[in-house]
Amino acid sequence: SLISLTSVAFLLRGNCKHVRTKDSPPNICGFNLILVPDIKICRLVNVKTVIPMVQLLNWRRGLFPQTKMAAPLTLVLILSVTIRAVLFRSSLAELISERVEVVSPLNAWKRGLFCYYVLQENNISLFFQTPLVIYLFHFVVDYAEIVFMIVDGITAVALYLAVQNYNKNVFRKQKYALEADRYPHDCLELMRSPKEMHYIPLKVAMFYLLNPFTILSCVAKSTCGLNNAVMALFILSTLKGSALLSAIFLALATYQSIYPLTLFAPGLLFLLQRLYIPVNPCRSRFWFFTVQYSVMFIGSLLVIVCLSFFLLGSWDFIPSVYGFILSVPDLTPNIGLFWYFFAEMFEHFRFFFICVFQINVFFYTIPLSVKLKEHPVFLIFMQIAIISIFKSYPTVGDIALYMAFLPVWSHLYRFLRNIFLVSCVLLACTALFPVLWHLWIYAGSANSNFYYAITLLFNVGQILLVSDYFYAYLRREHHLSQGLYLRRKDGSEATLVLK
Amino acid sequence: MGLLSDPNRRKAITSLTLSVLPDVVCYLAGIAWFMGLAFEPFTLRTYMSENAMGSTMVEERFPSGERALATAREFAAHKKKVGGMPVDWLVKTMRAQGLEVFTQSFSRNLPFPDESKERFVVRGTNVYGILRAPRAPRTEALVLSAPCSPGNSNNQAVGLLLGLAQYFRSQIYWAKDIIFLVNEHDLIGVQAWLEGYHHTNITGMGYTPLQGRAGSIQAALSLELNSDVVTSLDLVLEGLNGQLPNLDLANLFHAFCQKLGILCTIQGKLQRSDWDTVEGYTHSAQTMLLMVLKQASGRPWGEHGLFLRYHIEAASIRGVNSFRQYKTDATSIGRLFEGMVRKLNNLLERLHQSYFFYLMPSLTRFVSIGYYMPAFGLLTTILLLRALDLWVHLGTPTPVTEDGVGEGESPSSPGLLSVLTPVVISHLTGVALYTLPVLSQEMAVEHFPVSETEAVVLTAIAIYTAGLALPHNTHRLISGEGTEQGWRVLKLVALLYLAVLLGCTALINFSLGFILAVTLVPAAACVTPHVPKALSAVAMVLLSPGCTILYCVFLFQELQEVPVSLAEGWMLFLSVISQGILDHALYGSLVYPLLALLVYPCWLLFWNILFWK
Repeated sequence: SLISLTSVAFLLRGNCKHVRTKDSPPNICGFNLILVPDIKICRLVNVKTVIPMVQLLNWRRGLFPQTKMAAPLTLVLILSVTIRAVLFRSSLAELISERVEVVSPLNAWKRGLFCYYVLQENNISLFFQTPLVIYLFHFVVDYAEIVFMIVDGITAVALYLAVQNYNKNVFRKQKYALEADRYPHDCLELMRSPKEMHYIPLKVAMFYLLNPFTILSCVAKSTCGLNNAVMALFILSTLKGSALLSAIFLALATYQSIYPLTLFAPGLLFLLQRLYIPVNPCRSRFWFFTVQYSVMFIGSLLVIVCLSFFLLGSWDFIPSVYGFILSVPDLTPNIGLFWYFFAEMFEHFRFFFICVFQINVFFYTIPLSVKLKEHPVFLIFMQIAIISIFKSYPTVGDIALYMAFLPVWSHLYRFLRNIFLVSCVLLACTALFPVLWHLWIYAGSANSNFYYAITLLFNVGQILLVSDYFYAYLRREHHLSQGLYLRRKDGSEATLVLK
Repeated sequence: MGLLSDPNRRKAITSLTLSVLPDVVCYLAGIAWFMGLAFEPFTLRTYMSENAMGSTMVEERFPSGERALATAREFAAHKKKVGGMPVDWLVKTMRAQGLEVFTQSFSRNLPFPDESKERFVVRGTNVYGILRAPRAPRTEALVLSAPCSPGNSNNQAVGLLLGLAQYFRSQIYWAKDIIFLVNEHDLIGVQAWLEGYHHTNITGMGYTPLQGRAGSIQAALSLELNSDVVTSLDLVLEGLNGQLPNLDLANLFHAFCQKLGILCTIQGKLQRSDWDTVEGYTHSAQTMLLMVLKQASGRPWGEHGLFLRYHIEAASIRGVNSFRQYKTDATSIGRLFEGMVRKLNNLLERLHQSYFFYLMPSLTRFVSIGYYMPAFGLLTTILLLRALDLWVHLGTPTPVTEDGVGEGESPSSPGLLSVLTPVVISHLTGVALYTLPVLSQEMAVEHFPVSETEAVVLTAIAIYTAGLALPHNTHRLISGEGTEQGWRVLKLVALLYLAVLLGCTALINFSLGFILAVTLVPAAACVTPHVPKALSAVAMVLLSPGCTILYCVFLFQELQEVPVSLAEGWMLFLSVISQGILDHALYGSLVYPLLALLVYPCWLLFWNILFWK
């Protein structure tokens, strides 16, 4: 321990945060004091800063501690399955499956079932779901409840493994950077210790499985759970570095609801980064890999679409599913921004504003990819959040997917500004949705404006949440390159302001 | 974004919230705002919004008031003879008038005997006749109803109803079917009829299906009349769960009272013109407070109250006969109804133009949601300020030097368990308060010399009181002692919980939300483990939801100008509790489950904080 102490001291050379006077008594046993020979003064290093550092250096081989987390994960899975099973058996299931916040026309189980039976009986194709999902219904229609629980479980496990993998990489990178002395010296507090990273994958699984939004979505048998599972598998395969699987799952997700197309950029960026290919348009390797990944993606998308065609023998599903997503003909209220806007709009402006609204979803990809090209996983999080806020038929299940990622960014907590405000807003809105729905639809005393006001507030809350995390992430990166204690030119303390 | 991310401005905002001053100001401003609503210059004058009812002229020609009173006497004689509702006579009379007549029988077992109305197992029959619209496709309907009350009351209402039916039959301008409903056992009968009409069964009522139906009901008027002549007519608006009919219905009533020169009141209070005197203000404040109290109770205050749930605009009109000189005869009342029904008959769509959320300090003045919500908002702000304060405290044990940077080590977060345990236990107590009183009545009757009703009420009070002992027991369950951080987190959770709860309540039933906020907010804002225990415990109990009901009982009696002594008040309090439980079981009123399952547990959380160890 003496050696590691020395190395810590060496590392901290001249950079201790709290400097006390020479007279303060040395306390070697408690690691409270470290003598640094070449600085010639006695510095007191906060013990809580040192111990993680000792831990950091103890894992010399760059191995992230592999821990036995299977038992708690199983426990969470069992708990979540129990909650879902109880709800499935209770009288609430019927009520939940009709809530507009939980199911949209695109993912409602009833409508999917309807398509399935219509197709089976009359051979008429009438779609609200993609053909593959309807064919999936063919197998699962009798044990839908179990299937939906399993799908949620798969999503959680995939996210768990993905985040574990990601944390390992983050830790390794941090270690190399630390050894190369690349961080400014006052950024020790920003370093992430294995101890705090240890439980993050479990927390992610827990956030997904025990999130009331996921539970509601699962109990309503919304096919949103399936989409989430495909997205989670895409994230897992990307983080594991398998380009082919990543492309296939991305194609599947895109096939399901178009919008995950925007995840192409972060997926590509991550794989490039993993192969140490710089994002540089002048380099042939960059183009080679980009084309390779695109071909894989487009190829698998074509295969899936053609498969749907052969299953049905018609192309009807393309206008009725994708046309439905893009042209937003069904204006049933939901938690999104489209319905009220287009219900109020004059018909001849409709096309223009549909284009504006849909481009809005895809547009953020470009600036975000430029800004976050070094951090593709955070980009994935941002993209999923943007999709779930701005998509045409959002449900609470979509929100649950990006909320599951919040524990991954728990180290950003100190830089978050409005987290309290935002969580209050989201909490209040969640409670107010059913109340205002009741007042509007059943009591007849309120009207759609009340409900839309809450929808709007809910979305503003989400946007604030996401932009807060974005700001915090950028700020941490800034501190990691510029030092934590910024000084103005005149030596006074500087603060970062986002205006 | 500047306001949200600029650290200096944030610091200014947070330092402002940390003092007690804004809380006190907000509370006083909230109360003052609310009381100011009764001051006439701050209110709006009522006006008819619905075009179909505003501009069209109708002429009232109902001639046969005397004949209606004769029918009423005949009805009374038959009622006395049969000893209940004279179903056969009613069917015969209505059929003779050319209506399609149907009956519906229903039965309902009350969960425990209703002592105020002396009923336990209720069996009865509703009789209704449909006047088919001669000039329209029968897709819409209006309802005129009168209860067949026990004893000698309300005969004139039935007589007038039959008289109107006969007169309406001879008119040709009806575009909507008109249903004349005579129901037995007041609200239970109406409930059975409405459930039968809409093919629902939400309260476990046993009833025979309706044989004849008309279109979707657009509006309903309920008539209560106890004497041949009246001095004034009182309008009753408050319905189930504090729902109110569209304000245009009140406007319509007022407009016809003006036209026919009938004295009209609301909450039994006449309009006064001297708003600028103290007496004038007190008068309208009393009227408004009465409305608030009635609305907060969540009870249907007349037969119309149950119609509102089915999206039917409805009001009850009650004849009052006092010692005044000025009397109105049955013919005028008949004309009033004729006019109102004819205007409603002109409706092209459901009443929706005017307000649904309002308070009325007098019949010609109203306060809309935009004016009264700030009063509630000011009270809720206190909760949010306190929560923000706690959040800042939790985040920064040492004073912040810069924004987000430079704070010391984050304090060891309190175990989830120490916060979750009180929450779960409080809610379990709430569940016990909700379920046990009705379930355990038999056992209580066996072991104690009380009647069933008393048993239910006393069990409820016992469980309520037993909940006060919880903090001691909760702490035994938590391993280790609660930390300073622990109660802060618990209080933060409880404050947000209370704010959301009160906000949702106030949206559905403003009065209930506001009354609860007036008493709960000070308790919630002030409580910490460090205040003097005994004194604050007394204050907390005095501000608990149960005591709020007690104050409301006394205030209500005071406002109605029938003050009661303490003992009588206590008895009234007991009957209010039993009525609340019965209203929940019979009509699905939500006040009892709201108080038992949500508000009381929330209050218990604050009680837990007071005794945090």
